[in-house]
Amino acid sequence: MTTDTLAPPVTVTVPKIKSELMQQRVRAARWFLLPMLLALAVVAGWPLLRSIYFSFTDASLTDLYGAEWIGFGNYLRWTTLESGVTRYRGLLVDPAWWNAVWNTLRFAATSVFFEAILGMIVALVLNAEFRGRSIVRAAILIPWAIPTIVSAKMWSWMLNDQFGILNDLGLRLGLLSQKVAWTATAETAMQAVLIVDIWKTTPFMALLILAGLQMVPRDIYEAADLDGVHPVKQFFRITLPLVRPALMVAIIFRLLDALRIFDLIYVLTPNSTATKTMSVLARENLFDFDKFAYGSAMSTLLFLIIAVLTMLYIWLGKVRFDGGDR
Amino acid sequence: MKINKLLVGLLTSVTLVVGSAQAADLSIVSGDTGNGLAFLRSQLDKFEADTGHTVTVVPMPSSTSDQFGQYRLWLAAGNTDIDVYQTDVIWAPQLADQFLDLTEAAAGVVGDHFPSIIESQTVDGKLVALPAFTDAPALYYRKDLLEKYGKTVPTTWAEMEATAKEIMDAERAAGNPEMWGFVFQGNAYEGLTCDALEWVMSNGGGQIVEADGTISINNEQAAAAIDRAASWIGTISPEGNLAYQEEESRGVWQLGNAVFHRNWPYAYSLGNGDDSAVKGLFDVAPLPKGDGPDARSAATLGGWNVAVSKYSPDPEAAIELALFLSSTEVQKERAINQSNLPTIVSLYDDADVAAAQPIIPSWKDIFLNAVPRPSAPTKVKYNEVSSLFWSAVHNTLSGNGTAAENLELLEADLTDLKGGEAW
Amino acid sequence: MGATIDLWKITKTVLFYALVVFIVVVSVFPFYYAILTSFKSGTDIFRITYWPVSFSFENYQAVFSQGSFPRNLLNSIFVASVTVILALFLAVTAAFALSRVRFRGRGFLLMVILAVSMFPQIAVLAGLFELVRAVRIGDWQMYNTPWALIFSYTIFTLPFTVWVLTTFMRDLPVEIEEAAIVDGASPWIIITRVFMPLMWPALVTTGLLAFIGAWNEFLFALTFTSSNDTRTVPVAIALLSGGSQYEIPWGIIMAASVIVTVPLVILVLIFQRKIVSGLTAGGVKG
Repeated sequence: MTTDTLAPPVTVTVPKIKSELMQQRVRAARWFLLPMLLALAVVAGWPLLRSIYFSFTDASLTDLYGAEWIGFGNYLRWTTLESGVTRYRGLLVDPAWWNAVWNTLRFAATSVFFEAILGMIVALVLNAEFRGRSIVRAAILIPWAIPTIVSAKMWSWMLNDQFGILNDLGLRLGLLSQKVAWTATAETAMQAVLIVDIWKTTPFMALLILAGLQMVPRDIYEAADLDGVHPVKQFFRITLPLVRPALMVAIIFRLLDALRIFDLIYVLTPNSTATKTMSVLARENLFDFDKFAYGSAMSTLLFLIIAVLTMLYIWLGKVRFDGGDR
Repeated sequence: MKINKLLVGLLTSVTLVVGSAQAADLSIVSGDTGNGLAFLRSQLDKFEADTGHTVTVVPMPSSTSDQFGQYRLWLAAGNTDIDVYQTDVIWAPQLADQFLDLTEAAAGVVGDHFPSIIESQTVDGKLVALPAFTDAPALYYRKDLLEKYGKTVPTTWAEMEATAKEIMDAERAAGNPEMWGFVFQGNAYEGLTCDALEWVMSNGGGQIVEADGTISINNEQAAAAIDRAASWIGTISPEGNLAYQEEESRGVWQLGNAVFHRNWPYAYSLGNGDDSAVKGLFDVAPLPKGDGPDARSAATLGGWNVAVSKYSPDPEAAIELALFLSSTEVQKERAINQSNLPTIVSLYDDADVAAAQPIIPSWKDIFLNAVPRPSAPTKVKYNEVSSLFWSAVHNTLSGNGTAAENLELLEADLTDLKGGEAW
Repeated sequence: MGATIDLWKITKTVLFYALVVFIVVVSVFPFYYAILTSFKSGTDIFRITYWPVSFSFENYQAVFSQGSFPRNLLNSIFVASVTVILALFLAVTAAFALSRVRFRGRGFLLMVILAVSMFPQIAVLAGLFELVRAVRIGDWQMYNTPWALIFSYTIFTLPFTVWVLTTFMRDLPVEIEEAAIVDGASPWIIITRVFMPLMWPALVTTGLLAFIGAWNEFLFALTFTSSNDTRTVPVAIALLSGGSQYEIPWGIIMAASVIVTVPLVILVLIFQRKIVSGLTAGGVKG
C-alpha cells in the first residue's frame, strides 16, 4: 500500500502526436530561461571574471588599473637560492590559508549537520496540529530575521565574560563552575561561533523542510495510520524520502553559505586564528592588507573548493538534476 | 533666523561677485559619532556661510576597519562623489597615493601643530592629511581605593602590578568577588598593537619598526615587557581581558570592578556620568614606565585627520574645507564642545579651553610622551605588520609560547614581508 | 488498559508541548534580552537582569532622531519587496523550463546557476562596484539609488529561488499538467493557472527567505549607497553611534533591531497561512 504511493511519479510515455507540442515547450522554455540567465550573466558574470582575472595579476588597491599579468605567481612561485635551496611562496604553501580552509570545513560540516537535524525536528513540530502554532511559527523565525551584524553583536554581548547573561545563567543553573571567556580563548571561540550560527540558521532549514512537508499529501499518512504503521517507521519510510529533495536543496544552500561564512565571524571573533575562515582571510588581504591580487586568488581558490565539494555532495547524495522524462 | 538666512545669502552673493572662488558642492565622509557629527555639521554650516560652498556629510559606520575597506575601494575605483575624507592617524601612508599633497596649501599653518603629528601625516615629503584632533591614552586609577589602602599613583609597571594585586585581594576579601586589578585592551586587533607598543616602548624595547625601517622588535626588553603583560592575565586581569576592546574594558571599569584601567580620553567624561559607579572616584595619570636604561612613559598616538581625494572634481574648494577643519578656531570649538585633544600647541594654554575642559591642559603631559605606531616606515604594509604584531602578542598573552619565541618568529615574518632593503 | 493508554497519551502531549516551549524559548530568548536591553540606559546596560526593571523609551527616541531612520525603513521595504518580486518572477518561469521541459544541458545549467552562489560576496564587491558605477542612463546613474541594491541582490536571491522552485516543481505529478496540455494551454497559462496555485507554500517560503536575505544585507548596501536618504536599515543600524568614538550604543542598537524585526514577524504572521496551505488545500486530490 505505502510502497505504491511512494513510487516516484510515473512518467507518461507520450504518443508521437505530442512531439510537436514538446517542441513548442522547448521553445517556450528557452524564452523563459533567457531573462534569468541574462540577469545572472550581467550581475554575476563580470564581477566573477574580474576577481579571477585579478588573481593572476599583481593588482593592489592603490593601483587597480595598472595591474600586470603574472600568471600563477599568487598561487605558487619559487626561487632557487644560490645554495641550491628552493623556496616556495604563494597561496598553496601558505599555512595561514590552510588553517583557514580547515577552520571553514570544520565549521561548515558541524553547523550544517546540527542545523539539518534540529531543522527537521522543528519542522516536524511545526507541521503538527496544535493550538497557537501560528505564533510559534512566527517566533521560530525571529533568529533568522534579525540582521546578522546585529545578532552577532547581540551575542558577543551575551557571551561577554563579565556582564554576559550566558555566564550568569550558566552559573545560576549550575552548568558552569566559573565564568567562561567564550570568545577569548581558542578552544571556546569556535564553539561560540557555532552556537550562534546554529541558533541563527536553523529556522532557514526548518522553514524549507516545512515547505517540503506541506507538499506531502495528507492522505498518505492517513493510509499509513490505517495500516497501523508505527510513527517512527512512517517518518523513515514516508516523510524522509518525500522531503528529501527539499532537504537536499536546503542543505546545499546552507553548505554554500557556511563555506563562505563571513559577517558572523567578522563581528564576533575577527582576528582569532582559531575561527578565521577563508572569506575572513580573503577580506583581510583584499582590503586591510595591500594584497588585492592575493585576496582575489584566495576567493578563486575558495570558489574552486566549494565547487568540488558541491559536486561531491550532489554525486554522493544522488541529487537529481533532471525531472525524469518529461 | 530669517535675518541669518538673508545674511548667508548676502555673503554668498558677495563671494560670488568678488569671484574669489566658484561655489562648489562638496562631500565629506566621516565615521564620527552622533555628537561628533552634529558638531561637524555646525562647523560646516559656518564654512558654508563663509565661503558659499555647500557641504554634504556622508556618515559611515564607526568601525574603523569597515571605514578603511570602503575608502580603499572607493579610492581605487576613482570615486568622484567624495571630496574630503576623515582619516585615522595610521592611514595616511597607506592611502597617500590617492590624496592630494597639502604641503603648499598648508605652508602657513603647519608650524602651529605638534611637529610629531605633522610628521605622522607626511609621506615621502608629501603632506597627505591635516590633523583635526589627536588622541592619547592614560592610566585611569581609583583615587578612593588608593587612598583607602594608602598607596600612591604608580609610575612603573612593577608598582602598578603590586598595588593592583594588593588592593584587589583586599577588596575581594572584603566581599567584592568581582574586583580586578587592571583592565586593558587585549583582544587581537589594532587596539592591542597600541597597548603592546606602550609596554614595549616604555620598557626601552623600541617601536617594533624604527623610523628608518629597521625591524627592532626582537629584543630582550621587548620580550620582558610582553612577558610581564602575559603574567597579568588570570592574576590581576580577568581571562576575558583577552577578548576586550575599549568598550568591554570600560564596562568593567565603570561598574567599579577595576583598580586600574588603560583607555583613551573618551572614558573620562563617561566615567563621570550620573549613572557611573566610579563617578568622581577616579583620576588619570601618564601610563607607567618599565625598567631598564631607556624606560619612559609611553602613550600610543591616535587621532583623526582630513585628507583631500585626488579624484575630487573641485580640489581647490576641497582643500579650503580641509584647511578650515584643521584650523585653530575649529579645533578650539572642538576641544570645548567635544573634549577632543587639539593638535595645535597654543590651545593647551588657552584660557577658554582650560575653563571648559580642565582635563585637557593636564593631558599635555600625557601627550608629550606620545609615540606613533610604525605606520610611516612600513607604508602600505602597515596593517599587515600590525596584524602580525598583535597576533604574536596575543599568542603570548594566551600562553602559546613565550614572548622571546613569538618575537623571534615575528621578526622572521616581518623580514619576509619587508622583502628587500626598503618597505 | 484504557488508563495506561491515557497516561501514555498525556505524557506524549506534555512532552510535545515541552518541546514546543523549549524551541520557542531558545529562539526568542536573545530577542527578549534585546528588548530588555533596549529599555535600559547608561551603566544599567552592563548590569544583568532577567526581568524588565525600568522602562525608558530614550533609546527608541534616539533611533528616530539620529539620521533618517523612518526613511531607511521605507528604503528597506522597497528594496526587499522589489527584489523578491523580481526574483520570484524570473525564477518561476525559469524553474518551469528547468523542471518540466526536457532539453539538453539542464543539469549543466543548474550547476552554472549554483556556481554563482559559490563566490564569496566580499570578492565580487570590487567588480560589482565598477558595474554599478558604470550604469548610467542619460543623467540618471544607478549608484546611490535603491536600484543599485535591487540589481546587486539578484546575485544571491536568484540562484536560491531558481533552485528551490525547480526542486518543488519537479516533484509535482505529471497528471496535473496533462489536462491543461490536452486543452491546448500555453506554457505561460500552465504556469500561472496550474502550478502557481499548487506552489504557494514553496513560493511564500522562498519569497520570505529571499526577503529576509535582502532585508538584512549589509555589505552591498554600505558600498553602493552614499547618503542617508538611500541607505537601508542594516547600514543605518551600523551608523547608530554613541556619544564618543569608542562608545558602542548597545541600548540604541537593540532598540533599532527590535524595530526592524517586528515588520518581519508581522509579515510571517500574514503569510503563514500560505506557508501551510498547499497540496492538502490545493486541487491535486480532486
